[in-house]
Amino acid sequence: MSRPLLLRGGRLLDPSTRTDGAGDLLIANGKIESLGDRVDLGGRDDVDVLDCAGLVVAPGFIDVHCHLREPGREDVETIATGARAAAAGGFTAVCAMPNTDPVTDNQAAVGFIIRQAARAGAARVYPIGAISLGQRGEALAEFGEMVGAGAVAVSDDGKPVASAHLMRTALEYARTFGIPVADHCEEPTLAAGGAMNEGIVSARLGLKGVPNEAEEIMAIRDILLARRTGGHVHLCHMSTRGSVELIRWGKERGIPVTAEACPHHLSLTEDAVEGYDTNAKMNPPLRTAADVEALREAVRDGTIDAIATDHAPHHYDEKEREFADAPNGIVGLETALAVNITWLVAPGIIDLGTLVDKMACAPARVFHLQGGTLRRGSVADVTIFDPDTEWTVDPTRFRSKGRNTPYTGKRLRGRVHYTIVDGQLIHRREE
Amino acid sequence: MSGAAAAPLGKDLLGLEPLTAEQITLILDTAEPFKEISERAIKKVPTLRGATIVNLFFEASTRTRVSFEFAEKRLSADTVNVGSTGSSVQKGETLVDTARNLEAMRIDMVVIRHGASGAAQFLADRIESNVINAGDGTHEHPTQGLLDLLTLRDRFKRLDGLKVCIVGDVLHSRVARSNIWGLKKVGAEVAVCGPRSLLPNAIDELEVEVFDRVEDAIEWADALNVLRLQLERMQGGYIPSLREYNRVFGVSRERLERAPRDLVILHPGPMNRGVEIDSDVADGPFSVILDQVTNGVAVRMAVLYLLSGGRPELAEAAKSGGGR
Repeated sequence: MSRPLLLRGGRLLDPSTRTDGAGDLLIANGKIESLGDRVDLGGRDDVDVLDCAGLVVAPGFIDVHCHLREPGREDVETIATGARAAAAGGFTAVCAMPNTDPVTDNQAAVGFIIRQAARAGAARVYPIGAISLGQRGEALAEFGEMVGAGAVAVSDDGKPVASAHLMRTALEYARTFGIPVADHCEEPTLAAGGAMNEGIVSARLGLKGVPNEAEEIMAIRDILLARRTGGHVHLCHMSTRGSVELIRWGKERGIPVTAEACPHHLSLTEDAVEGYDTNAKMNPPLRTAADVEALREAVRDGTIDAIATDHAPHHYDEKEREFADAPNGIVGLETALAVNITWLVAPGIIDLGTLVDKMACAPARVFHLQGGTLRRGSVADVTIFDPDTEWTVDPTRFRSKGRNTPYTGKRLRGRVHYTIVDGQLIHRREE
Repeated sequence: MSGAAAAPLGKDLLGLEPLTAEQITLILDTAEPFKEISERAIKKVPTLRGATIVNLFFEASTRTRVSFEFAEKRLSADTVNVGSTGSSVQKGETLVDTARNLEAMRIDMVVIRHGASGAAQFLADRIESNVINAGDGTHEHPTQGLLDLLTLRDRFKRLDGLKVCIVGDVLHSRVARSNIWGLKKVGAEVAVCGPRSLLPNAIDELEVEVFDRVEDAIEWADALNVLRLQLERMQGGYIPSLREYNRVFGVSRERLERAPRDLVILHPGPMNRGVEIDSDVADGPFSVILDQVTNGVAVRMAVLYLLSGGRPELAEAAKSGGGR
């Protein structure tokens, strides 16, 4: 066992225990041993000390939605590079979506991800299993065996579950294992061929648009199915003001629905597509200012439970092409904190504590994961960051293999200094 | 070439949306003296002698490709045509690699027709040569818009205040977009007419009049620009049948006869006779469809001349070899 670690003199910020104040935090044996104004070491000299003056000490961030591309596309990301990118972004754990090649739809595939993550020794990686075999939307995958192997949720993310019957069955069946069904809301016939938000910009650029209703129709379908079945539906990457209204409607009625939004949908609009920038192409697409405003309000009032990255690395060559043919998605692990601080905290929409809740505490609650708290005795997954310093996004410095980001050259606020998983320092800021 | 100081249009012509009214008028005015060259027995002037132009046509085209090629040849440019079949594109080469390889051969201009919206800008952002958009997906077709404007100006002697209605599949039409921007900028009033399933959902935000009935459009307009109905739209489920389209939206002599004034009829071609336009209208006295084609060469000569650094006030002189 490694030496105990004392985080000295930071701002301890943990909404799960209503902690917010200057103090020390002592980690020993992979657990949070104690915290307070001043942790007394009692003459112990076997303790490493990390000076956290001017920094925020928070529960480690958890990303419930990312794509690590292994197996199948190790040229664009591996579990190891993804887990290191996560650590660099302050994430102590990430949930890997199953749209790999082959699809993560069985216990052996889940076990492979667990083993690769252990070998990487960076952020924790929790596999998400597929809802349907091969993500083909036909037959249910073996949820029980996948959960037994370490899966924490099921999803066909990347593709919608077109069959309402299959989604109903998945929600019912998932109840046995106490896992959420992470739902990629997209009505496939309305979204077919779409490359960006449907609106004035798509009309001008001559690109096929995806209307808000493509998301909202599936969101309400699955909220209603959650009401019918009692299964927990977790709506992924919500992007429209209408979806926000529907989630609010569901929550007011006690329906087991939770939802996430992505940093890019909280910061950028469809205007970023102007000039056919393929790094502004993602699914769901960037929407209008009114949608962004509604999503921000939903983060503030709790309608949106968590912020997740939808980290989606792609090869440079695949993005360097005609807009309609470029793949959807951007990388997000290494910019999430700073984008959220810059567009949500700095303008005063939410405070830093709420952001920590959205990035750490809520993800743990919603997906029933360890961590997400600084409570004494809990696992020592901790993120230490500077919320104020500005920096310029330079994708060539990413740990991720992906460089596809719309934030290149942008000045952002907030940088991760240290990431601690299981009491081990897995990331330390360079320079 | 005269360099950046004499680049009244900038490096590229990607669309009419980014142009000013002055730039559009400049192109139309510059086209006037070039019209005459095509009427000569020897249709050639030395204006672009030594310039190398690649016509990169990734989509089938007769009118636009031949029109550009004539415009280039009549200005004495050296031209090469590259299509998607029988080229490295068929071997899977990317657009950017194709362009960079061509540029490595020290070319001056690229004319590109491509099925993807934004393809011309994509190219323009990545190579030094002048890029002319000859139609990109459902985005813009600026030289078509310009030749439509020139044809209307020839006929009406003005564009300001002219009422032009674009009829048909506006949603998928690059011609419609270039017409809307071009006409609005020079002060014309613009309307569109077609089934709502073939109009952009955000059409109101484009600030054009919308007519649901072609009869109302005909009553309002001075000129109709009738768009080609692409036959694959039926498979896409946008309209039930060509037969019904013709009955509801077809521009027919019967409908035109009820108009309060004689309407000028434009069509970018190729026509589906008996679908969006009836033959007696297409071939009738108010059709300017072939004038459009003639003007296309002059407009493209003007664009090539201006992008190559030609000085607008010397366009007349350019016909005898000076002016660059």
